[in-house]
Amino acid sequence: MITFDQIKKAILVSVWFMFLTFPIMVIRVNPVECVVEWRWMNMLLIGVGSFLLSFVWHYFIRRKELGTQKAEGGGAETIPLAQRILSKKAIYRPTLAVLGICALIFPFIFSLYQTNIMVTALIYVMLGLGLNIVVGLAGLLDLGYVAFYAVGAYAYALLNYHFGLSFWMVLPIGAALGATFGILLGFPVLRLRGDYLAIVTLGFGEIIRIILENWNEFSFGPSGIANIPRPSLFGIDLSLHAATIYIYYIMIGLCLFTIFVVNRLQDSRIGRAWIALREDEIACQAMGIDKAKTKLTAFSLGATWAGMSGVVFAAKTTFVNPASFTIWESIIILCIVVLGGMGSILGVIAGALVLILMPEYLRAFSEYRMLAFGVLLVVMMVFRPGGLIPNVRRTYKFEGVTETKKG
Amino acid sequence: MDYFLELFLGGLTRGSIYALIALGYTMVYGIIELINFAHGEIYMIGAFTALIVISVLTLMGMNTIAMLVIAGVIAVIYSAAYGYTVEKIAYKPLRNAPRLSALISAIGMSLFLQNYVLLAQTSDFLPFPNLVPEFEFMEPYAHIIGSTEIVILITTAIVMVLLTLLIKFTNIGKAMRAASQDKTMSMLVGINVDRVISVTFVVGSATAAIGGVLIASHVGMINFYVGFIAGIKAFVAAVLGGIGSIPGAVLGSFILGWTESFATGYVSSDYEDVFAFLFLVLILIFRPAGILGRSEKHKV
Repeated sequence: MITFDQIKKAILVSVWFMFLTFPIMVIRVNPVECVVEWRWMNMLLIGVGSFLLSFVWHYFIRRKELGTQKAEGGGAETIPLAQRILSKKAIYRPTLAVLGICALIFPFIFSLYQTNIMVTALIYVMLGLGLNIVVGLAGLLDLGYVAFYAVGAYAYALLNYHFGLSFWMVLPIGAALGATFGILLGFPVLRLRGDYLAIVTLGFGEIIRIILENWNEFSFGPSGIANIPRPSLFGIDLSLHAATIYIYYIMIGLCLFTIFVVNRLQDSRIGRAWIALREDEIACQAMGIDKAKTKLTAFSLGATWAGMSGVVFAAKTTFVNPASFTIWESIIILCIVVLGGMGSILGVIAGALVLILMPEYLRAFSEYRMLAFGVLLVVMMVFRPGGLIPNVRRTYKFEGVTETKKG
Repeated sequence: MDYFLELFLGGLTRGSIYALIALGYTMVYGIIELINFAHGEIYMIGAFTALIVISVLTLMGMNTIAMLVIAGVIAVIYSAAYGYTVEKIAYKPLRNAPRLSALISAIGMSLFLQNYVLLAQTSDFLPFPNLVPEFEFMEPYAHIIGSTEIVILITTAIVMVLLTLLIKFTNIGKAMRAASQDKTMSMLVGINVDRVISVTFVVGSATAAIGGVLIASHVGMINFYVGFIAGIKAFVAAVLGGIGSIPGAVLGSFILGWTESFATGYVSSDYEDVFAFLFLVLILIFRPAGILGRSEKHKV
């Protein structure tokens, strides 16, 4: 029920926001021509909008508080829907088969344009899964992830330009270079905690971009490198259409490979060490886990995927320049991981598909994309820090064991 | 020698601007141990508000000194209001959540505020009028240091003295110091920690707004993106001096200002931003606690 108190609160909120957004939303100046434009309509919108949003916000905050109380009271832990479906083989096997067939025939049903968008989305799936290792599993907030992506893309562009190496030769080289740069970044930041790490990695990403922009002899500066060949099939050069379909299948293959490896890594000794590191660094060291080694492997294994997807990106667009590798790219990838659910492979895939495909089909709202991403990050963290499809902790259950009193 | 002096004073000006922003970072970090990523955006909003107010006042035909004062005051009020609101929306619900959550929420807020100004205003660079008159007594030194730079230096000094007095001698300052040492304990002795955090955000945002107005007037143009890089550099300065320490933030800012000024003056201006980041990496490798910071022991 909405009480009088809540209405009073909502009115206060809306008045406050009308005051707050007054200069920026209502007045628009043109200092060159000395014209001031008054947009009173916006003020009305803000007032009504914040009045309504205030109810929604408080409703969810209350629900969240109730939820935590319930959890503290020892209520049964509910398993998320996605995980319940996954645990039933009868449901998830046919679903997987249908999805697999859909993915296989996709390029033959839809147009070239759609296939291209799908390739982009798959590249982001791979980037998301890579960053998921660093942020989701090891808990190291990396804001310079795009640097490794740039390393991969430039590796293909430059090696092809100077030495004529083919796509398939550069793919492992790109992965190796990504891993090397991951270690290179990892060393200085070994001792840093969360926030410092975020800033240093951000700086690292920017350094790589600024170097690419300014070192003309090496990277051809802001104009970038054009005419990068698309991958060829056994030495046959394909037409544009065929090449796109070919890249699509390469990406499907690479994504499956990534999912397989990340899934295996997650349950391995090193994967469990990452999770322990995320939960508590000091306790983790006390348990005899080598902190330096664990962090470095997280950085380098995370960067490997970015290096590989960078190579595919260069082959897909046939053109690279530093403008494709700004800090915002890193933040979009972070959004993917956060939206999907940190540490959850299924979540990250869903997150990438939603975040990359949705703006493509909602072109009319494309200018609001980054605004929405910002809101998304805050709202997800406040209300659903686990993401859309949260990761489920591996737990051992003692079922059918009755407790015996100790004598 | 003149060139050296010019670079030296240029670095000093740059450093004092960084200091005004870095103080907000360091105060907030001292209390809630969170990098307020949106701090640079608050600075940008301060500058934008000032520009809007100036444009409106120019149409009404007001003289420059009064305009500077009014625009400055309104910018400070609005920045403080934004700082307060940002804290209430993005950080307060996450007080007990893992640090990573609060950090991601802060990045989201920064992204939101940038695009909010971009969409509501413009993505172009807007010219910002220089409001500081040329002082006559400065004529002989005009080739080394301009009037705006003098105003920046003096304002920064005044703000810092006021801030030190606030923290050392007032009740709220004492409460801030207590809360930064131990939040639970200060709650037990009757300090309203939520209010202290709000006040910290308000004060930090207000100093950032002063910096925003001054540097916009000095550089002569602003757009929605100026806050981000300035914010990052101010953070580097705060880390350099030892985050959480107020004299450290000021010292770090001056060192960073000089480094950038001399490096761009004598080496190359293309890599201006690289120097700041390289400096940060080196500091963190050799002295993670910063110059004046104390290294903390962490317990499980």
